[in-house]
Amino acid sequence: MASIIEIKGLTKSYASGFQALKGVDLNIEEGEIFALLGPNGAGKTTMISIICANVRPSGGTVTVAGHDIIRDYRGARSAIGLVPQELNTDQFERVIDTVTFSRGLFGKPRNDAYVEKILRDLSLWDKRNNKIRELSGGMKRRVMIAKALSHEPRVLFLDEPTAGVDVELRRDMWKLIGELRQTGVTIILTTHYIEEAEEMADRVGVINHGQLMLVEDKTALMEKLGKKTLSIMLAEPIEALPPELADWDVALKAEGQEIEYLFDTRAERTGVSSLLRKLGDLGIGYKDLNTRQSSLEDIFVSLVHQEKAA
Amino acid sequence: MNGPNLRAIAAIYKFELHRFRRTWLTGLLVPVITTSLYFIVFGGAIGSRMTEIDGIPYGAFIVPGLIMMSMFTESIFNASFGIYMPKFTGTIYELLSAPVSAMETVIAYVGAAATKALIVGFIIFATAHLFVDLQVAHPFAMVGFMLLIAVSFCLFGFILGIWAQGFEQLQVIPLLIITPMTFLGGAFYSIHMLAEPWRTITLFNPIVYLISGFRWTFFGKGDVGIEFSLLFVGGMLAVCLGIIAWVFRTGYRLKK
Repeated sequence: MASIIEIKGLTKSYASGFQALKGVDLNIEEGEIFALLGPNGAGKTTMISIICANVRPSGGTVTVAGHDIIRDYRGARSAIGLVPQELNTDQFERVIDTVTFSRGLFGKPRNDAYVEKILRDLSLWDKRNNKIRELSGGMKRRVMIAKALSHEPRVLFLDEPTAGVDVELRRDMWKLIGELRQTGVTIILTTHYIEEAEEMADRVGVINHGQLMLVEDKTALMEKLGKKTLSIMLAEPIEALPPELADWDVALKAEGQEIEYLFDTRAERTGVSSLLRKLGDLGIGYKDLNTRQSSLEDIFVSLVHQEKAA
Repeated sequence: MNGPNLRAIAAIYKFELHRFRRTWLTGLLVPVITTSLYFIVFGGAIGSRMTEIDGIPYGAFIVPGLIMMSMFTESIFNASFGIYMPKFTGTIYELLSAPVSAMETVIAYVGAAATKALIVGFIIFATAHLFVDLQVAHPFAMVGFMLLIAVSFCLFGFILGIWAQGFEQLQVIPLLIITPMTFLGGAFYSIHMLAEPWRTITLFNPIVYLISGFRWTFFGKGDVGIEFSLLFVGGMLAVCLGIIAWVFRTGYRLKK
């Protein structure tokens, strides 16, 4: 697959001196759903805003569909649809007018059939003659997506598409994004909900303090996610792991008071019962057991903590 | 996409005129009523005691000043709100992310605001005919001058809208600077009626040259020579265009 967006050494320092991006390199493949995950203030919105020309970069380059966002801004911007985080709309405009306006703004000839298709796809057709202020928050979000799609972009940016949205609407939004990807549009979304990235993305990038800390296929992440940790609190501390336990992925923790076993929950034989039997055979007593799922959240938290420590 | 994005200009222009249409009734009634009031007060009550200025009946004499005054404020208000509102509501994100050049943005917003200012100017011109007998010496020059004034003041308004960080700032410039300068700039009198040193001091007010030039297109004479008037209009256009070019190059108050 070809990269539709190439980001090289992107930096941004705001006038206040705050360094929002510290040299980001990232390629987005055509047709994928990429989730940019990070806590508030990590630099997600800054990155999107630079690509979508709402913020000036301090350094580095970005190309969209082969067009440099500064030198060839028309080519780059024509390929992009942006749905910002805030519900910023012209309250007094009718739905259909604002979508038609967006299409014209991006230099596309009027195409009523296409606008109708978008509005139908987004369940907005019945509301096309309503003023935007008469719509609910979820519907307004859909109007903003319709505006972003009105000029047939190749890349769609969704900045926190489900922020402040109730659970049901969030499910709707996920379904909608899944349907959009069927049309071949590349989707980049930011979120601080881990389950959202898990649910939808092909690849996940974790950003914190202006740096991309990890970019990985979601399936690779899910493999890590599928693992569980079994902690065995020992009755008596031991000095070293007996060699008989070498068949299991175990480690000695808490100054010999605890054995930690990492296992795959999806494997046919998890090895938990055989390990416990073996411990019995070896005469190692234990007083408590505890299993814990390692989630994307764990990975995320540990990444964030590593950086704080550094 | 190659070449200028004409569809974007058309889309913004249409959007802005649509915004004006939402309030078309007040937009049209206000100039008509204001003009009528000026004629009743200045033309009827005071004008009957003044009769003529420079050989022109007083009622007719104030018409160019009235048109100019309304066009100044209309232009500034329309253009400044046009660009300030997207900043205020946040919808500017779309304009910034669109394949639209700075020049195209200015043409669209200023074009729409100038269109409305011109319409208001013509409405006042028509309303004036109900009250006074008007002959226009240079009709083409009159229309051309109105166009120049509308564009210059809309450019100025556009800059104001980009600079403003609150509604108060939008109001301050037209109400506290432009309106007083217009009143003192000979909208309702000839500066020759002033005693020294006020007559000389008045010449430092650029509005004097604008009103005088517009009056020249009506009556073939003004307070100052028409060439000075054209120089001031041209100067104002050039300064505004220069500031706008700088705003877009630096992203001043548009982009972080």
